[in-house]
Amino acid sequence: MINSLTELEQFRQGILSKKDPDGIRVSVCAGAGCLASGAGKIIAALNEEIEKQGMQDRVLVKGTGCPGFCERGPIVVIDPDEICYLQVKPKDVAAIVSKTLKEKKLIDRLLYAGPGKDEKTVREADIPFYKNQERNIIGNNIKIDPKCIDDYLALDGYSALAKVLFQMAPEQVVDEVKKSNLRGRGGGGFPTGIKWDAARNAPGDTKYVIVNADEGDPGAFMDRAVLEGNPHSILEGLIIGAYAIGAHEGYVYVRQEYPLALENVGIAIRQAEEYGLLGSNILGSGFDFKVKVHRGAGAFVCGEETALLLSLEGKPGEPRARPPFPATRGLWGKPTNINNVETWANIPLIVNNGADWFNQFGTGKSKGTKIFSLVGKIKNTGLVEVPMGVTLRDIVYKIGDGIPGGKKFKAVQTGGPAGGCIPEEHLDIAVDYDELAKVGAIMGSGGMIVMDEDTCMVDVARYFINFLAQESCGKCSPCREGLKQMQRILTNITEGNGKEGDIELLEELAMSTGSASLCALGRTAPNPVLSTIRYFRHEYEAHIREKRCPSYSCEKLVSYYIDPQACTACLLCLKNCATDAISGSRGQIHVIDQAKCTRCRSCYDVCPPHYGAVLRFSGESVPEPIPVERRTLVEKSKAI
Amino acid sequence: MNPIAADLKSADMDTPRKPKVRIATTSLAGCFGCHMSFLDIDERLVALLELVEFDRSPLTDIKVCGPCEIGIIEGGVCNAENVHVLRTFREQCTTLVAIGACAINGGLPAQRNHLPLATLLQEVYTTRPGLAHGGIPNDPELPLPLHKVHPLHEVVKVDYFIPGCPPSAEVIWTFLSDLLAGRAPASDRRTIHFD
Amino acid sequence: MSDSCFSLDGASIAFAAGQTILQAAMDAGHYIPHLCFHPELKPHGSCKVCSVRVDGNMMASCTTPARQGMKVESATTEVDDQRRAVVQMLFVEGNHFCPSCEQSGRCKLQATAYELQMTSPHFDHFFPDRAVDASHPDFLLDFNRCILCSLCVRASRDVDQKAVFGLAGRGIGTRLIVNSESGRLGDSDFAATDKAAQVCPVGAILRKRQGFNVPIGQRTYDVAPIRESDRGGPEKR
Repeated sequence: MINSLTELEQFRQGILSKKDPDGIRVSVCAGAGCLASGAGKIIAALNEEIEKQGMQDRVLVKGTGCPGFCERGPIVVIDPDEICYLQVKPKDVAAIVSKTLKEKKLIDRLLYAGPGKDEKTVREADIPFYKNQERNIIGNNIKIDPKCIDDYLALDGYSALAKVLFQMAPEQVVDEVKKSNLRGRGGGGFPTGIKWDAARNAPGDTKYVIVNADEGDPGAFMDRAVLEGNPHSILEGLIIGAYAIGAHEGYVYVRQEYPLALENVGIAIRQAEEYGLLGSNILGSGFDFKVKVHRGAGAFVCGEETALLLSLEGKPGEPRARPPFPATRGLWGKPTNINNVETWANIPLIVNNGADWFNQFGTGKSKGTKIFSLVGKIKNTGLVEVPMGVTLRDIVYKIGDGIPGGKKFKAVQTGGPAGGCIPEEHLDIAVDYDELAKVGAIMGSGGMIVMDEDTCMVDVARYFINFLAQESCGKCSPCREGLKQMQRILTNITEGNGKEGDIELLEELAMSTGSASLCALGRTAPNPVLSTIRYFRHEYEAHIREKRCPSYSCEKLVSYYIDPQACTACLLCLKNCATDAISGSRGQIHVIDQAKCTRCRSCYDVCPPHYGAVLRFSGESVPEPIPVERRTLVEKSKAI
Repeated sequence: MNPIAADLKSADMDTPRKPKVRIATTSLAGCFGCHMSFLDIDERLVALLELVEFDRSPLTDIKVCGPCEIGIIEGGVCNAENVHVLRTFREQCTTLVAIGACAINGGLPAQRNHLPLATLLQEVYTTRPGLAHGGIPNDPELPLPLHKVHPLHEVVKVDYFIPGCPPSAEVIWTFLSDLLAGRAPASDRRTIHFD
Repeated sequence: MSDSCFSLDGASIAFAAGQTILQAAMDAGHYIPHLCFHPELKPHGSCKVCSVRVDGNMMASCTTPARQGMKVESATTEVDDQRRAVVQMLFVEGNHFCPSCEQSGRCKLQATAYELQMTSPHFDHFFPDRAVDASHPDFLLDFNRCILCSLCVRASRDVDQKAVFGLAGRGIGTRLIVNSESGRLGDSDFAATDKAAQVCPVGAILRKRQGFNVPIGQRTYDVAPIRESDRGGPEKR
């Protein structure tokens, strides 16, 4: 138990003094992504090898939070030299220990290679993926074993809490957050300080603070990475918020599908309680606060704050009309403040560094940094934290390194399933709340999905509307009925059953659903439809009028055909056809049976580019198969 | 004379020898009740005929709809022939009007939509008593039934809808008067009825 | 007691503290189309037909508290277009074939459609097939006509203290269910005297053996449009 400010600082000094200044520290990302690709085995192998080499006194191996470069995981960072090894496999461990740890030599093949391939980058901070970021929040992940509170304390953890408890009145804390211009990172973008103020000023003795960790956007994992990687930063923010608002109880609402996040948050709470950072009389300040973890069942709509509250109360998670806002009538009717994971994680930074420091990042009305999960058709999949105002082009090309496979960029979808698709022509807009809204997209919670020329934008709209229709709670009719209608129309279009007037009908439905729905799920749901119509109307028209999918993506509108002139009867497509739709043999030109073909595209993908024998057709009929008697291959090369 | 008919006549007189407006009407999966209601405009038919001439319609026995200004269709779409006729109407008529419950929401014929077509045919043609030569008819002359009965707007674009089962002669007359006089037909909330 | 006012389409509407826009409007004799609202039940704010534009934002008037000086737009083309779209979507989701429905002429969905000058369902029909429940001696449940307004749920739970009905499932799969062991109405303690037996705005909860006791053409909304019969005061049936 730490009972005072002095004791906290003494304790912190104790942790720091135990550190061997000359010691080597090996950090292995133990986030969900790297664990899935073998980080656990790497940590075990490292420990074993280090012991074998008798280096256990000088080397410390840590499983840490996720630094974000998921594309190149598992990631190993060796300090103090900040050597960053990527895509490490357990079989690399012996070399890492004997060469790098023992002989201080670099292993070239594990280093980041630039586009020239010869230039290798050693330090983590010099890798372009990281260099172009501003990692205020996730930067510490690689330095911390999330299961060990001492690691967080060693990095000045809980000093912001100590500062508010002993040096600031609650109103001052609210004022500082207001001055920081921090806006909600969950998607709404509502000014956090104003929200806090409302909850603080709401009448009532019992108040609650809640961490909304119900991250449910497909492809988004920003909150998961912070929860898994640095749970104490969220807890510290939450306790500060509780102190500012006057709450003595809080909840972390985490979705069940995040087992590691649940585990790490649970451990963090227990450790903070043991240290006297949570519970009664925190740090001897007289302030009491306790936190419980609530596991959500995975309904997307429970990320909406009023639905989350009902879910917390054990009722079906359905939004209700606001006002009254949770700030005045929230959990069990009491004033409640709900903020997203990333919002809470910003709080200790603002308290420690001041609102002015925070305001130096970002643009006019969007301050600070924002974490995005950059996924889709992009070379560097991962988490990126950038100051607000950076351009989409910088994120996609400087950080993301562009589109793989030499394909052309088509669009980037921001803001999760209810976000908008932004085309090439708007890649130079600054990423902040207002600029994204201008081009028909939203900041959302930070999903960023990159699409290339093979992506059909109508199908993308269908996919997201499908997701939202399934996740609609069904309470209010515009969302329940409107999404189903849009889903039907979009499905019809992608299956070649679209008709004239469908685009206008979609626009009309988007208007009704968007303006009349009860909560943000329905209100933002039209974005993927409207933005794709706005920028890719010609794709809709091709589907409807010509029954043609310009991206050759909609299965029902694409046929494959083997060009008898180009086919070398190599058997490759034939062997890869899952439905035995291709007939032929060595010396016999291959032919696709259109009735059996499921348009899985395997034949097209496996046919070597220099043959290019498999052709795609959309919007026009496939040529008749070559007659059986002409299928025997004439071997031209031997004839010469 | 009915004031609207007078209105129509004067409109007609303003532009002497104006060619008559061609109107086609038909019933798809309907009961001709809407046509009967139309005939209930009674003596106003005479005034109407001064302004219009009928193309395909039960009144003329023309089998295929030619180019028309107005097409009026009652009944929903229940078989392949209905689809064909409806599409022809859409191609030939500048303004297409769906009249009556069946044309607008499938109506009574659409009440079969919750039953599988096969079950339905089975029930009607093989299991019912009193069928001399039981069996589902399969004469190639017979149009194939659709899986479901659809209202017109689910198949083609429809410009105007006159709801009612059937709409009253007054409603039909007011609608036609407006359309022929070049006014956008207004739907008065007091005259809209679905039953 | 009402010393505060807001503006509804330019008219000044007085309201008492705690009143919603819809309640105050109805008390003042103004009609705002609505389906899931009932003056005796707690508002649910789900049908969204009562949406109005409040200082620029679309809000359900049944759940939005009246506020001094607020500017409310209700009878505008834009707002009515929204409402009509919602009503049309409700029509195509169920089986609302008026000529065969005993509720025709008394149905609020139908009357609201008339009010909104809806001449066609506009969207593609779902043609649902949900089994009807005729197990109760006095009532018939036709789920194909239910618009999920939850009036029966609220009436049974809050007024009758029985909780006979509930809404289950989610999204487009949301369905009215009966809270009895078998799931059938006949096995619940639902009674003709229940408030829940009187609030269904459509023909989903129908009293048996009453067919055509009033001829079509002489029923509530045949005689007077819903804006006249439903703009406040005690409910008429």
